[in-house]
Amino acid sequence: MTTTIDERTELSHLRWLEAEAIHIIREVVGEFDRPGLLFSGGKDSVVMLHLATKAFWPGRVPFPVLHVDTGHNFPEVLDFRDESVARLGLDLRVSAVEDYLADGRLKERADGTRNQLQTQPLLDGIELNKFDAVFGGGRRDEDKARAKERVYSLRDAFGQWNPRNQRPELWDLYNGRHRPGEHVRVFPLSNWTELDIWRYIEAENIAIPSLYYAHEREVFERDGMLVAVGPYSQPTESETVRTERVRYRTVGDMSCTGAVASDADTIEKVVAEVAVSRITERGATRADDRFSEAAMEDRKKQGYF
Amino acid sequence: MTSLLRLATAGSVDDGKSTLVGRLLFDSKSILADQFDAVERVSRDRGLETTDLALVTDGLRSEREQGITIDVAYRYFATEKRTFILADCPGHVQYTRNTVTGSSTADVLVVLVDIRNGIQEQTRRHLAVASLLRVPHVFVTVNKIDLLDYDEAAYNNVAREIHAVADTLGLEDVTTIPVSALRGDNVVERSSATPWYDGPSLLELLETLPLDRAESRLPLHFPVQLVIRPQSSAAPEFHDYRAYAGRISAGSARVGDDVVVLPSGHRSTIVGIDLAGEGLTEAHIAQSVSIRLADDIDISRGDVIVAAESALALRDSATATLAWLADTPLATGSRVLVKHGTKSVLAIVTEVIGKLDLDTGDLVPANTLTLNDIGEVALRFAEPLPLEDYSSSRANGAFLLIDGQEGTTLAAGMAHAVPVTV
Repeated sequence: MTTTIDERTELSHLRWLEAEAIHIIREVVGEFDRPGLLFSGGKDSVVMLHLATKAFWPGRVPFPVLHVDTGHNFPEVLDFRDESVARLGLDLRVSAVEDYLADGRLKERADGTRNQLQTQPLLDGIELNKFDAVFGGGRRDEDKARAKERVYSLRDAFGQWNPRNQRPELWDLYNGRHRPGEHVRVFPLSNWTELDIWRYIEAENIAIPSLYYAHEREVFERDGMLVAVGPYSQPTESETVRTERVRYRTVGDMSCTGAVASDADTIEKVVAEVAVSRITERGATRADDRFSEAAMEDRKKQGYF
Repeated sequence: MTSLLRLATAGSVDDGKSTLVGRLLFDSKSILADQFDAVERVSRDRGLETTDLALVTDGLRSEREQGITIDVAYRYFATEKRTFILADCPGHVQYTRNTVTGSSTADVLVVLVDIRNGIQEQTRRHLAVASLLRVPHVFVTVNKIDLLDYDEAAYNNVAREIHAVADTLGLEDVTTIPVSALRGDNVVERSSATPWYDGPSLLELLETLPLDRAESRLPLHFPVQLVIRPQSSAAPEFHDYRAYAGRISAGSARVGDDVVVLPSGHRSTIVGIDLAGEGLTEAHIAQSVSIRLADDIDISRGDVIVAAESALALRDSATATLAWLADTPLATGSRVLVKHGTKSVLAIVTEVIGKLDLDTGDLVPANTLTLNDIGEVALRFAEPLPLEDYSSSRANGAFLLIDGQEGTTLAAGMAHAVPVTV
């Protein structure tokens, strides 16, 4: 991939985004005592991890990765997580929603979905591991509330985001100072769009879980989304199961992440499909974000990513 | 591949900025169907006859409830020619703080003016901020021309007024465009309603603006973020690997170039430039790389590698323009942290020299700065800093003032090479 445009010194927008993200990741390692990176095996966290490996080459990624495990994983994503951990020699920590359900600290929701249940295990995972900075793969183009998020997002002892009290972020000078008990969420992919992520995966030939590419799967339609038949998502009597060629645009809790009908079975085809898509990835595939206009804002205020 | 342009938008209350941003996103097909459906639904719920594109940019619950925008929001759109990052700076609360934030990274500031009102106090301030922050280009969109029946004379009057103010502020590159954000005239497409205007639309201007970054021609400036020394955690051939990681903030680096390390003054030569396993012969401004040097010298985070021919001097004091962003006021004698590049040092504000009257452009005597003030101060640093004049290098003349105890960001600082007096 060429890094030049009309002038020799002008970076392409993708290379500029890469350079910015590497700069952010290195700043955090330079200034914080105990960073950690949220790693789910989803495409954004995979790209973030790839950038971290580039930032510290030829050394290893110098911080642990934390998986907040909903227990509703796609098996191929869990396999991918473990394979990445082994290949890169990562230190994996897991905060499992199942543990909280088992001892009653959390209760299963009536609709059976678990995205909302992740916040407590996430905050405990941060506290238990004494992380003072936590990398997240959030992007500002994902959601209205995220559009207002800083690259360095200061969180109080409860992990809460206070949109009215954010630090101004000037030039590329990041202020990571925080008081004991507070921590900072860091979003190196803030300025990336979904299409940038896919183009970068293509340009860098990054391995991602197979379910991002078109494959045959048994699905049924629910709330206008194609939901996979699986241990956590069974059709009701009125929902008919059919086999369709689908792929996933986002990967989350299996019970509330929808697939999209697609023939895109290579990265080139996925990039082409995303480029002409007229619907956002969350609108297409996340039941939890369609409940209200402020679903993401409310979750963030409670300590979500 | 396309290049990247960063822009910030600023406007006074009710001059249609959200509509303009919504229009830019909508007409460039960056608003997707489900987002548009949501906006249509809310427009209907509010009893509006047409879809209110301004709703696209309202992010937070309290903003929607109050019908105002309270914080900088970032938007993304792309055309065949360019990719854009847009910092949408609201005009209601804390507008100086927001405009300073948005302008700090912008290649272009787009300022909105309502043709019926002409230049307002806020317009003057936005232009003053663009001048102080050295935003390379300013586009002033003269909006709501449909409300004055696309009247050429009215537009010319406002445009003249804008250029007069720009001249007094020393803004060199100011372009005015007659638009109707509501109707889309001259935003993305050139309008047939303004036959007297033969210039390009706002989007065309944004797409074709030359990205001439003067800092790319300065001598190399490379603030060291980290020392990469993997030792036993890497493959055996890298056990002795040692490189300095950072992002080039001015100029270029080439293998074979002679360099000086600040503050130590040690000299060496670049023997390698690495981008994760890819060996480069040269790297340019904005690239994140790792640089290897011929000599084993003591370098750590906060040091700066500069070109041997660089005339950069270390300074233990400086005068600077501050945009004060905190609720607590600044007073002479305040002890603060200064973050410049990758280095943070203690500093004392030895003098508050004066405060800028943004309406007249005059520096008036003052002994304190309060929220949204812009003023001149003198600082003394606990350790010398390789500060450049902000007017020649935005990246290396900029710094943050931080409250060492609370951790809050107090001010945006822009250093001067020559002391400023009232």
